[in-house]
Amino acid sequence: MNAAMSSNEPAAAMQDALRAAGTQAQHIGALWNGTLVLCTLVFVAIVVATIVAVWRAPRADAATRPDTTSLEGPEHRIWRRVGWATGAAVAGLLVLLAGDVFTSRALARLPLRDAVNIELVGHQWWWEARYRDGDPSHEFTTANELTIPVGRPVIVTLRANDVIHSLWVPSLSGKKDLIPGRTATLRLRADRAGTYRGQCAEFCGLEHALMALLVHAVPPADYEAWAARQRQPASEPADPVARHGRDVFLGTSCVMCHTVSGTPAQARTGPDLTHLASRQTIAAGMFPNNRGYLAGWIGDPQALKPGVNMPANTLPPDDLQALLAYLETLR
Amino acid sequence: MTAPDPRHDTLERRMPRADPAAATALERTWRDPPGIIGWFAAINHKTISKRFMVTTILFFLAGGVLALLIRLQLAQPNAGIIGPDRYNQIFTMHGSTMMFLFAVPVMQAVATYLIPLMIGARSLAFPRLNAYAYWIFTMGGIMLYAAFFVDAGPDAGWFAYVPLSGPQYSPGKRVDFWAQMITFTELSGLMEAVVIITTILKLRAPGMSLNRMPLYVWTMLVTSFMVLFAMPSVMLASTALITDRLVGTHFYNPGEGGDALLWQHLFWFFGHPEVYLIFIPPLGFISSIVATFARRPVVGYPAMVLALVTTAFLAFGLWVHHMFATNLPELGKTFFTAASLIIAVPSAVQIFCWIATLGSGRLHVKTPLLFVLAFFFILVLGGLTGLMLASVSLDTQLHDTFFVVAHLHYVLLGGAVFPLFGAFYYWFPKFTGRLLNERLGRWNFWLFFIGFNVTFFPMHLLGLWGMPRRVYTYPAEMGWGDMNLVASIGAATIAASVLLFLVNVARSLRVGAVAGPDPWGAGTLEWSVASPPPMGNFEVIPVVHGRYPLWQPQPEPTHVEGMSNEWREVLVTTVADAEPDHRLWMPSSSVWPFLSALATTVLFVGSIFTPWAVVWAAVPVAVATTIWFWPRRAVVRERVRSELRP
Amino acid sequence: MNALEQNRAAGKEAVRRGAALDVSGMPTFAFSTRSPMWWGTMGLVAIESTVFALTIMAYFYLRSHATVWPMSRFPPDLLWGNLNTAILLASMWPNHKAKQAAERLDLHGVRLWMTVCMVFSLAFLAVRVFEFGALNTRWDSDAYGSVVWMLLGLHTTHLVTDAYDSLVLTVLMFTGPHEGKRFVDVSENAGYWYFVVLSWLPIYAVIYWGARF
Repeated sequence: MNAAMSSNEPAAAMQDALRAAGTQAQHIGALWNGTLVLCTLVFVAIVVATIVAVWRAPRADAATRPDTTSLEGPEHRIWRRVGWATGAAVAGLLVLLAGDVFTSRALARLPLRDAVNIELVGHQWWWEARYRDGDPSHEFTTANELTIPVGRPVIVTLRANDVIHSLWVPSLSGKKDLIPGRTATLRLRADRAGTYRGQCAEFCGLEHALMALLVHAVPPADYEAWAARQRQPASEPADPVARHGRDVFLGTSCVMCHTVSGTPAQARTGPDLTHLASRQTIAAGMFPNNRGYLAGWIGDPQALKPGVNMPANTLPPDDLQALLAYLETLR
Repeated sequence: MTAPDPRHDTLERRMPRADPAAATALERTWRDPPGIIGWFAAINHKTISKRFMVTTILFFLAGGVLALLIRLQLAQPNAGIIGPDRYNQIFTMHGSTMMFLFAVPVMQAVATYLIPLMIGARSLAFPRLNAYAYWIFTMGGIMLYAAFFVDAGPDAGWFAYVPLSGPQYSPGKRVDFWAQMITFTELSGLMEAVVIITTILKLRAPGMSLNRMPLYVWTMLVTSFMVLFAMPSVMLASTALITDRLVGTHFYNPGEGGDALLWQHLFWFFGHPEVYLIFIPPLGFISSIVATFARRPVVGYPAMVLALVTTAFLAFGLWVHHMFATNLPELGKTFFTAASLIIAVPSAVQIFCWIATLGSGRLHVKTPLLFVLAFFFILVLGGLTGLMLASVSLDTQLHDTFFVVAHLHYVLLGGAVFPLFGAFYYWFPKFTGRLLNERLGRWNFWLFFIGFNVTFFPMHLLGLWGMPRRVYTYPAEMGWGDMNLVASIGAATIAASVLLFLVNVARSLRVGAVAGPDPWGAGTLEWSVASPPPMGNFEVIPVVHGRYPLWQPQPEPTHVEGMSNEWREVLVTTVADAEPDHRLWMPSSSVWPFLSALATTVLFVGSIFTPWAVVWAAVPVAVATTIWFWPRRAVVRERVRSELRP
Repeated sequence: MNALEQNRAAGKEAVRRGAALDVSGMPTFAFSTRSPMWWGTMGLVAIESTVFALTIMAYFYLRSHATVWPMSRFPPDLLWGNLNTAILLASMWPNHKAKQAAERLDLHGVRLWMTVCMVFSLAFLAVRVFEFGALNTRWDSDAYGSVVWMLLGLHTTHLVTDAYDSLVLTVLMFTGPHEGKRFVDVSENAGYWYFVVLSWLPIYAVIYWGARF
């Protein structure tokens, strides 16, 4: 389940605005480069001017007679220089404005043909993702980890369930806020395969710091295969231990919040677990999805992510192991 | 050892000194009453201002300690030193303290000391209101920290976005304390603005027409007008938040027709001008210090004034740049990009004029000037990152990351705190009669400058590398640990420099070099009186004939005669040209501003717990303010004998 | 006449005596823009106008996001609102007379007209209570109710404080101690009263008619 074990993907998940893997981030990166150059030049000019002015002026003390000639008449030479410098400043600002306008246009011109449509709902402190389709039977729900096809545009519709969140996957695109009562849209496209990490970028309460998101960009054929699997309901577990685990799942508080399609568990308060085992992480991108962490999470989520809305679940060890076995079948 | 006082001769030779009897009578008339009751009854503007400055500096130190705690927790990934609940309170308190309890109030505090002295007045226009504003501010700050110390401190950020700060997602009283702190501090700020505007427009010495006013006085006039139009917005926003939380209104509840962005619009319509409230007064500090230490007037006085006014107007047209990540229409956002870029122009003009002044002057390099020179490095860098953030596209990557944390600290410390320290070093001799130690001052400066850059420059990188704001920790594999550690080391350096400042102050108060009236050879009126000034400021009120009265020859008339030394009297002049208009009696010292502030505090704090407090607590407020206003029969009877009708 | 002309006309200007400017003959109080009190009052007017303007903007902002407005069934009834608007407008007359009396330094006139003003204030405060009852919405029904109650509530706060200020001044003008400055206070209080009445007009329009178009 570790990303390093897959031969197609790089080792670490990238969360870096300076390393663009998608067209939107690339456009913004180009603007950044140009702006950085211009602003550095201006900064150096002003600092040098200040240093030169201070260096060259003769020294004085409190007794030095002040020079009040400027109070008697205008200082044309100085005013002309200030004028030229101001003109240069205005020119620089116009360049920046032009850069911004051009970049905005480029971002708005992302071709949207054949787009994948994802509806993202922000919760305290996890991401609900519903893949939309023209054919309703092709729709499915997952959480916290998105898989998208390389080279195809993705239209992400953003809604919030409770407070304001913000979706930010810097290697792919700029951020957009998820605001309760409003619907926003973010359009992006991954141009390189890889796993990209995002984080909630609007302070949303206690565990804002631990609300991450993984985006796996895969070749289109792999995406179709993944999506096809996601559309399937959970299959009947073959192993008797796993079957017992399913009974544990259906018999405890898990069903109060979680959905596993194909079973009576249809609650939507917490993340959809139908394909939990296909995800690399748990707790919104924070911990590896393996038995050890899962056990700790189920037993006492507060220890890993204090304040999270999931209660502790004390299970007898056999039941816990069975439950974990069952969860591993949810691929 | 007394510091030399060379330029003072010019003014002194042509202006008579008050005779000792008159000076003594003046002192007696204007002084604060003695004793413990007297301490609460003091309304002399210098007395209140010194308390105000000390209080805001204490809040600065508290905010700084909170910052050190933040840096302690963030120095390493997954540090378990501070948990999320406490951390969220700490960063909320840090921001709220610095923005509401330090940055704006300290500017008003310094202004209420300096302005009467710079304009040749014996008092502020409404001295009792000034005292009330100080007490209200202090009590509000104490309320907030009391809540914090009992684990009821606000934890929704200094900007308290809804719905997080609303009744459903921030239950309990934490955010209520925050919202009410706003009410306290904004009431104080608004009262101070009214006091400052009226003082500047009506109490200037004869001959100090508007175009002879020191540039610092212009900055305070402009800032105070901005306050009148900006602070009501956050008052309204926080009042609506309080009613949402306490009595069930739905301003911000999308489920019942409210809107989460209504909060953001109202808050940032205040919030953006707010940073200019913090930035503009220090522009005045810089003008004062540059002129004195370059031994020449600042270049381009009319351009400097125009730049201030332009900045003030433009500042009201930028607020949506805090909302670029929301789903507002893109075309609208571009307008705010343009406005956010344009506002750089007047600031650029000022910077160029100062550089020209330095370059064409003769430089007396002392600690105040060093702090001002830091502005040209730090604020300019911060302003340039601000231009980066002005672009909607760039902002979508940089918003809500540590890049913004870097930007805001570069502009706020570079633009306000460094000049403020320069101002303290510059005017400390005027406030106390002693100079701060120059050697300690240089150490203070360099530690601060180096520590500041070590702390905040890495944060630009952290933001670009993907680190969001307001996070209590971060994973080790992100690669952010090194830069965070560097920043935390820088923070410790800043702490050391501030400590040095406090040591310098403590030491200099006892054994600092005695400063005469004018240790720096400066040109404006506050340097024509003793250090510290007499209680009535000017034993003889001057008549002003130029922008730098102490540097220019003084034709006749040179001074005013005929003001009473037995009654607290000020000379009211006309608004544009400062021609004498009439004399006005100022109120005597009184405990009722303090008691009214206490009653108001009961009303504000009570209304956190029940809306009915607004009704029953209004009674003591009404009583206290009525007694405050009610004239004393014996005093009036005596005074009316010298009344002259218009 | 501006300040200098007024002083000259009254023979109470500053007088040059050699190097000194002698101000001992100048008046010890003055009216209107000459008075710091006027500027202080205008500062308050600026603040409160901003609050009202922002609240009215919030009203239209929320309305622009609403499909149905008012969100409750009916807009406010017009009777009490119209009546109070008339009372408030009418109160400008005794207010104006009080201001004129103050500027004439006419103590008797000030006492008379301020008492009349107090009668009006009793009337408009009483009718204001009925206005709240006739809004046809509660502050906690929905955002429309909240903003309508906020508008009316903010203005009512001004009515209450203005009435109280005026009451204190009225009593003082009867009991004394008297001095010239008090007439300036009466004049400025009247100016603030104008503001409270005139600022009501746009608020009235928004509350009572904003939901009818």
